[in-house]
Amino acid sequence: MNPVRRRRLLFVAVLVLASGVVTTLVALALQRNVAYLYTPAEVLRGEAGDHARFRLGGMVEKGSFERAPGSMDARFKVTDGDAQLPVVYTGILPDLFREGQAVVATGRMQDGVFVAENVLAKHDETYMPKEVADKMGVAHQKHDVQVPAAEATP
Amino acid sequence: MLPELGQVLLVLALLVALLQAVLPIAGAQRGNAAWMAVARPASFAQLALVAGAFALLTYAFVSQDFSVRYVATNSNSLLPLVYRYTAVWGSHEGSLLLWTLVLACWNGAVALFSRRLPEPVMARVLGVMGIVAFGFLAFLIFTSNPFERLIPAAAEGRDLNPLLQDPGMIIHPPMQYVGWAGFSVPFAFAIAALLDGRIDARWLRWTRPWTNIAWAFLSVGIALGSWWAYYELGWGGWWFWDPVENAAFMPWLVGAALIHSQAVTEKRGSFAGWTLLLAIAAFSLSLMGTFLVRSGVLTSVHAFASDPARGLFILVFLGLVIGGSLLLYALRAGRLEAGAGFQPASRETLLLLNNLLLASACAMILLGTLYPLLADALDLGKISVGPPYFGLLFFVLMAPLVALVPFGPLARWQRDQASRVVAMLLPWLLVALAAGVVAFFMAPQGAWKSAFGVAGAAWVILGTARFVWSRLGNGGRMTPEMWGMVLAHVGIGVFLAGALLVEAQNVQREVALRPGESLQVGRHEFVFQGVDQLRGPNYLADRGHVLVRRGGRELTLLHPEKRAYASGGQVMTEAGIRPGLFGDVYVALGESLGDGAWAVRVHIKPFVRWIWGGAFLMALGGVVTATDRRFRRIPQEKSP
Repeated sequence: MNPVRRRRLLFVAVLVLASGVVTTLVALALQRNVAYLYTPAEVLRGEAGDHARFRLGGMVEKGSFERAPGSMDARFKVTDGDAQLPVVYTGILPDLFREGQAVVATGRMQDGVFVAENVLAKHDETYMPKEVADKMGVAHQKHDVQVPAAEATP
Repeated sequence: MLPELGQVLLVLALLVALLQAVLPIAGAQRGNAAWMAVARPASFAQLALVAGAFALLTYAFVSQDFSVRYVATNSNSLLPLVYRYTAVWGSHEGSLLLWTLVLACWNGAVALFSRRLPEPVMARVLGVMGIVAFGFLAFLIFTSNPFERLIPAAAEGRDLNPLLQDPGMIIHPPMQYVGWAGFSVPFAFAIAALLDGRIDARWLRWTRPWTNIAWAFLSVGIALGSWWAYYELGWGGWWFWDPVENAAFMPWLVGAALIHSQAVTEKRGSFAGWTLLLAIAAFSLSLMGTFLVRSGVLTSVHAFASDPARGLFILVFLGLVIGGSLLLYALRAGRLEAGAGFQPASRETLLLLNNLLLASACAMILLGTLYPLLADALDLGKISVGPPYFGLLFFVLMAPLVALVPFGPLARWQRDQASRVVAMLLPWLLVALAAGVVAFFMAPQGAWKSAFGVAGAAWVILGTARFVWSRLGNGGRMTPEMWGMVLAHVGIGVFLAGALLVEAQNVQREVALRPGESLQVGRHEFVFQGVDQLRGPNYLADRGHVLVRRGGRELTLLHPEKRAYASGGQVMTEAGIRPGLFGDVYVALGESLGDGAWAVRVHIKPFVRWIWGGAFLMALGGVVTATDRRFRRIPQEKSP
C-alpha cells in the first residue's frame, strides 16, 4: 500500500468509526428523551404501560378543577370524550389553562393518578395542538360510533 | 379602493419577479447583454412595488380598515397606535409580506452594490433572487392574500394576539427575517457559480460581507426572540429547544460555518464545493424555518393557528428550491477546482473541524426537530423530543469547538507546528483552568456547570486576546476583519459564561403568598404587598406589588402583572424584572388562589443578561467584519 492509499484508508476508517459513535450516541439520546403522547382512554387501556414518563393530552373536564384555598396544589380531570383521568399538579398553571380547553401535561402515573411535572396550554385560544387534535379526532370518531348504540339502549 | 391597489402592486411585483428570474439568467447563458441589463431595473421596480403594497397594508392598519379581513382579525379599535404598525406582521399573511419586502430590500441592495461584478455574474445572482422572490410572491398572492376583503366589513376587529403587544415583538420578527432572507444572497451567488461552472475567489470575496451581515441580523433576531420569551412567557426560561426556536437556530449554525468556510475558500481556494453546499443549506434551512414557524405542523410553544391548505404549496416550493439546487450541485460540483492542499496542523484543519462540528450540531437539531413528524408519518406514535436530548448533544458537540476557538486565529495557513501554537496558549489555558477551579468551589450550586462556564469563557476570551497581543506585538495591523473575528469570539465567551452560569445557579420558587407574607431565597427577601387593579388601553390588569430586599437593604419594588385583554378575554403574564449585570431578579404572578393568596413565581437568574450580550457581540463582530474595505476591492477581470 502506498502512503496516499494508506492515508485514505485511515481517513475512511476514522470517518466510519466517528459516524458510528455519533449515530449510537444520538440514537441513545433520542430514545431516552422521547415522550409519547397518550389520551386518557389509551392510558386506562394500559397502552402507556411501558413508558414511565409520558405526555397526557386532552381537554380539561368542565367542573373538575379544584384547588384548596391558599394552596398551590391543583387537581383536575383530563378527558378525551371516552375516558377521563385525574391529574394533580403543584405550581402555577399556564395563562391559557381553562376548563374545556386543550392541555398537554408531562408526567407519570402514580396509583391511578397522573402526577404532572409541567402543564402546557397554547399561545392562541382557538388553537389546539395538532397532535392532540388528531388523537381527539380518533377518540371522537369512536365516540360517535358508540352514540347510536347508547341511544338504542336507553 | 386602496387594498385593491395593494393587490395590484403585488401582482405587478410578481410579473416583474418573473421577468427578473428568466431574462438575466438566459442572457448570461447566451451572452445577450440587453437581457442581462434587465436585472437591475427589475430589482429596483420589484422593491418599489412590494414596498408600496406594504405601505398600503400598514395604512389599512393605522386607519383601522376593518373591511380588510387580515386587519379585522389582527387589530382592534382600542389597539395603541404603535402596535397597529407592528400588527402588520402579527400574523401569517402580513409576516409573509414583510418577508417578501425584506427579500426585495436585499435584492435592491445587491443590485445597487453589484456594479463592480462582471455583468454575467450580476445577472445570474439577481436572476436567482428573482426566482426566490417569485416563489414568495406567488405564495402570498395565491394562498395568503393580506388584502382580501371582508364583506360585510366588521364593526370591530378581533385584536392582535396579546403576546405580540410588546416592544420586543416590534423588532424581533423584522430582524429575524432580515437574517433569514439575507442568506438568499450567498445562496444566489452559489447557484450563479454552479450555473457558471466555476467559482472565482474575487466574486466570493464580494459575497462575504453579505453573509456576515445576514448572520449578524439573525443573531440579533434570535437573541431578541429569546429575550422576549424570557420576560413575556413568564416562565423565566430563555431557550426551550422548541421547534420554532430550532428553526431559527439551524440556519444560524450553518451560517456560522459558512462564514468560516467562505474565508478559507476566498483566501486559499480550498473547500470551494463545501462552501457552495453550505450556502445552499443555510438558505434552505431559512426557508424551512420560515414555514415551520407559520405552518403549525409541529407542536410548539410558539405555534399559532394555521391553515393546512397552504402546506402543499410550501412543500412544492421547498422541494423545488432545495431539490433543484442540490441537483445542480450534484451535476456541477465535480468541475470545481480543488484549491491548495494543507497539512494536518494548519488553520485549514481547524476551520474544517469548526465546520464539521457546527454542521453536526445542525444535523442533530434537524433530526430532533423533525423526528416527531417522521415518527407520526411512520405511525410510531405521537412523540416529542425533550430538551435534554438537545442540551446534552449540543454540549458534547460544542465543547470541542470551544476548546479549539483560540487556536484558529493563531494557526498559520497550510502548515504550522502544533507546538508553537500550544506554547503561545498554554499559560492562558492554565489561567482559565484555575478560574474554573475557583468557580467550582465558589458556586453555591451547580458546581460543574459553573466551572465549565467560567473556564470556557476565560479560555475563549483570553485565547482571543492572545491573538490580538501577538498581532499588535509583532508590529502587525489589525484589520476590521480581524476585529470582527475577535468581537465574535469574545461574544462566544460571554455567552458561554451567561448560559452555563444561569443554568447552574438559577433558583426558582413557586409559592402561595398572602399580602404581608414574605419569602426568603438565599440573600433575597421577597415581601408580597398585595394586588391592585390597573386599567390599560385595551386590558385590565391585576398588578402585584413585591418588595425585594437583598441582604436586608431594599433593592427594588417589582410590579408583575396579570392582564386580561378586553377583546378575547385572553390572560397574559407580564413579569416584573429587575435587570442587573450580574443577575436578574424575576417575579411573575400566577393566579389568585382565593383567600387573598396569590401564586407567585420567583427566580434569581445570575448572569442571564450575558447570554444576550454575547449574542450582540457576535452580531457586532459580523457587522465589523463586513466593513472591511478589502471586500469592496474587486480587481477587474483580466481579459482572457
